[in-house]
Amino acid sequence: MTAEADDGDLLEYVASGSDGARRLHLAVPDAYCATCIQTIEEALAGLPGVCNARVNLQRRRVQIDFEADCDPATLTDTVTRSGYRNHPIDPADVDDKDPALRELVSALVVSGFASAHTMFFSEAIWSGVEGDTRTLFYWISALVAIPAVAYAGRPFFRSALAALRVGRANMDVPIAIALIATTGISVLETRLAGQHAYFDAATMLLFFLLIGRTLDHVMRGQARNAASNLARLAPRGAQRALADGSLVFIRLEDIAPGMTLLLKPGDRLPVDCEVSGAAGAVDMALVNGEAMPVEASAGTQLPAGALVLDRPIEVVATRPAGDSFIARTAALMEAAEQVRTRYRGIADRASDLYAPLVHIAALATFIGWWVAGAGWHTALLNAVAVLIVTCPCALALAVPIVHVVAAGRLFARGILMKDGAALERLATVRHVAFDKTGTLTTGRPRLVGQVFGTGDWLPAASAIAAASNHPLAMALAAAGREPMLADCREIAGAGVEARIDGQVWRLGNARFCGAQDDGGGEGSRVWLAREGEVVAAFDFGDDIRGDAAATVAQLHGQGVSTSILSGDRAGSVGRVARELGIADAAHSLAPQDKVAAVEALRQKGPVAMVGDGINDAVALGAADVSFAPAAAADVGRAAADFVLINDRLLGVPFALWLARKADALVRQNLTLSMAYNIVVLPLAAAGMVTPLIAAVAMSSSSIIVVVNALRLRLQGPPGLEVLK
Amino acid sequence: MSGLIVLVVSAMGLGALALAGFFWALRTGQYEDIEGAAQRILLDDDMP
Repeated sequence: MTAEADDGDLLEYVASGSDGARRLHLAVPDAYCATCIQTIEEALAGLPGVCNARVNLQRRRVQIDFEADCDPATLTDTVTRSGYRNHPIDPADVDDKDPALRELVSALVVSGFASAHTMFFSEAIWSGVEGDTRTLFYWISALVAIPAVAYAGRPFFRSALAALRVGRANMDVPIAIALIATTGISVLETRLAGQHAYFDAATMLLFFLLIGRTLDHVMRGQARNAASNLARLAPRGAQRALADGSLVFIRLEDIAPGMTLLLKPGDRLPVDCEVSGAAGAVDMALVNGEAMPVEASAGTQLPAGALVLDRPIEVVATRPAGDSFIARTAALMEAAEQVRTRYRGIADRASDLYAPLVHIAALATFIGWWVAGAGWHTALLNAVAVLIVTCPCALALAVPIVHVVAAGRLFARGILMKDGAALERLATVRHVAFDKTGTLTTGRPRLVGQVFGTGDWLPAASAIAAASNHPLAMALAAAGREPMLADCREIAGAGVEARIDGQVWRLGNARFCGAQDDGGGEGSRVWLAREGEVVAAFDFGDDIRGDAAATVAQLHGQGVSTSILSGDRAGSVGRVARELGIADAAHSLAPQDKVAAVEALRQKGPVAMVGDGINDAVALGAADVSFAPAAAADVGRAAADFVLINDRLLGVPFALWLARKADALVRQNLTLSMAYNIVVLPLAAAGMVTPLIAAVAMSSSSIIVVVNALRLRLQGPPGLEVLK
Repeated sequence: MSGLIVLVVSAMGLGALALAGFFWALRTGQYEDIEGAAQRILLDDDMP
């Protein structure tokens, strides 16, 4: 890449102030410690023209303020040279503050403040303050509690209203009713100079509920943030070759059919293209699951997402970005994701049962006392007591607190969970389907062995191969480790020709070496010829991941069956299936075949899909729950519920184990809070629950639920830890 | 009774002050980089 091209690239990301000051945000995904901060900041501060550089470790970003005469390319170079990968962030994406989190935290603090203050007064009243002073204390409590409930209760009121509007009830409906009823009856009680007002209960209820809600939101936000940092490593444009031979950076959305693009090794095709210039090797692993590189020559159609391997290639865009292979896959994926949207969380299902029950109980209490002749005041007070003690405080905490603890443990193991509901779905999984290329295998070719020829020809082949950076040649060179030859010539799309002791050797494809390709073998094959006579051939296979066998064995041990759904050829899929002990292996599947296969598997029970490719994305969306390794295509990672950020497959059995544990804890927690309700509901209906008892019961049940959830941190997975 | 008024008002005032302090911190971005702030303690002060 030329420095000139770099500039055009970067200026798109520089924000200019009115006073000539400029600002650039770089993502530095590898920064994690104090030394990282110091290294980056000192390196940047030492540059002329840089006014200020500050690393934000939480977001893994650095913000650089610099003067107009400073070249932004030197900034990224400096960060790269100090040892940190970096890529610019679009100014439009920089200020993505989370307003929902802000609202929740503000509400949490306000409700905490209000509950502390109302509790001061309530304690005084419980200790025996009476008469006018009690009424005064209640009025002060009302002064604090009413605005607090109105302000901090907004997230619940909004959600309850939205649910009621479409004719459904969610957990927030009984919460909202209890909050309003409690505050209302307390004002009434204070007005009548009564003995029992529940301002402390209303604010404390809100405080506990907001803790659960905020934790849940923080967990999702962290996962989103980490996932979007990964996504931003993807190309957001390409180098466009103009008619006069110069190169300019063009954004992804501005690419139009007919434009000529120049792609370097390591670039992914931004849109669907046709090769127009010289030939080169292209990795299609993410696109169709084919493990071995494909030779692309002029006229070859390549889908978006294919990776350029050994040399720059020139392509002409054939479709706009909005209609590329990736975009079409994303559209199919949305259609396939119905399984997820149809799924309702266990907490919502519990509240479906719970909410009507509580409201009927409260109504029955009111009618019961009224009919018994207690007067509407006592009847109403007892009915509200029922609403308060049965308000699903513990119930609302029971599920999110377990999910938060689980997400923390998963994160420590390098697994990113996007959503708590995914954990619930994972616990039910009976079958795991794996993609092969890039998931069970590394997706990089490895020498399997010499397939014919007498004698060991590897040293000669390896020495010739050292001259090329074609992936197969590199695998061959790595296997033999011979020094590079002096007299070598690489012929694009064919192979390498070398002269050793006056003899002409050729290493490359069948045509180049004059061999007959019978199409056999399980992977790719490279031939070696001496003076036009074929002397040997070498086979390459896809390297199986080190932990793939252990992963499959552990899953079988957990009572889960496995299968392979691959787009690759029968031979290489068969070899991987045999080595890993997976009985059910399907090959040569197109993306829609994978979806059909997942649907078929779902007939027998919930299915988890593990895959990394663009061709897996639709299947990932169609499965009940899905995993993607960090190296997966963006579209696949976006579809997956779990991202294996440390790229270790053993995360799958660990997540399954944890999901089952978490499911057991959620059920325990729900049972605990139900049991608590069964005990206190008759007491409240009988009019025996004073504000003091309500406060104690409510907080103790919440604490029990939280402590029970924390047990998830203590247990280790039996037999799984050994294989770390 | 007058003592009570003083205590109630001062308790509420202190609480409100803390609340205002929190909102100030939230608005001025004190919580933007909690992890970084924790790590920066380990750095030397004589940074150029």
